[in-house]
Amino acid sequence: MSARFRPGDAVRVTAERPAISVGRPHIRTPHYVRGQRGTVAEVMGPFRNPEGLAAGEDGLPKQVLYRVRFPQPQLWRGYAGPAGDTLEVEIYEHWLEPAHA
Amino acid sequence: MTTNPEQRGLHDMGGDPDHRWSGPVPRGEHVLAPWEKEVDAIRTILGRKGLQTADELRLGIERLPGEDYARLSYYERWFRSIVYTMELKGILRPGQLAAKLAELKARGA
Repeated sequence: MSARFRPGDAVRVTAERPAISVGRPHIRTPHYVRGQRGTVAEVMGPFRNPEGLAAGEDGLPKQVLYRVRFPQPQLWRGYAGPAGDTLEVEIYEHWLEPAHA
Repeated sequence: MTTNPEQRGLHDMGGDPDHRWSGPVPRGEHVLAPWEKEVDAIRTILGRKGLQTADELRLGIERLPGEDYARLSYYERWFRSIVYTMELKGILRPGQLAAKLAELKARGA
């Protein structure tokens, strides 16, 4: 299965639960990155969708998992650490959309 | 940031200092009681037998009533989730575990 995004691509995490999410709510995308813009740091490969696995389903089709990098000062109000700090979060492809500069 | 439970699970409190369950993070080592190791072992066996995935374990914890989620310890949450999944799949009948515990207690075990 081919990955929609490549390292360095600008992406945005969907703010709401994606329409193609499966199963009862089991959501691994933390609230603090919803709607946030980040950069693909690494393509981890396809994995069974944990939203389906959690509901006792087979988790298929597989979803590509990414590590997405966010600037810390963008995520936290009044962030006190160094301005160049980043946070990387593992996010499945159906939670991501392209972001344009 | 959303508070809709369909959009944000009750476990999703990371990075939220204003969350009602936020508090200091204990930095010490956790000494595990024998029953906690047993719960871990049972979960591993259920995983290997294909009866409960790690994701089902997570969902069972996330579906705990909020007051229980806040009150229970780490492995107490695991145990509740294991029972939840086993009852959902009909491997345990509702009330079966409580009945067995009462029986053992009556026997003085």
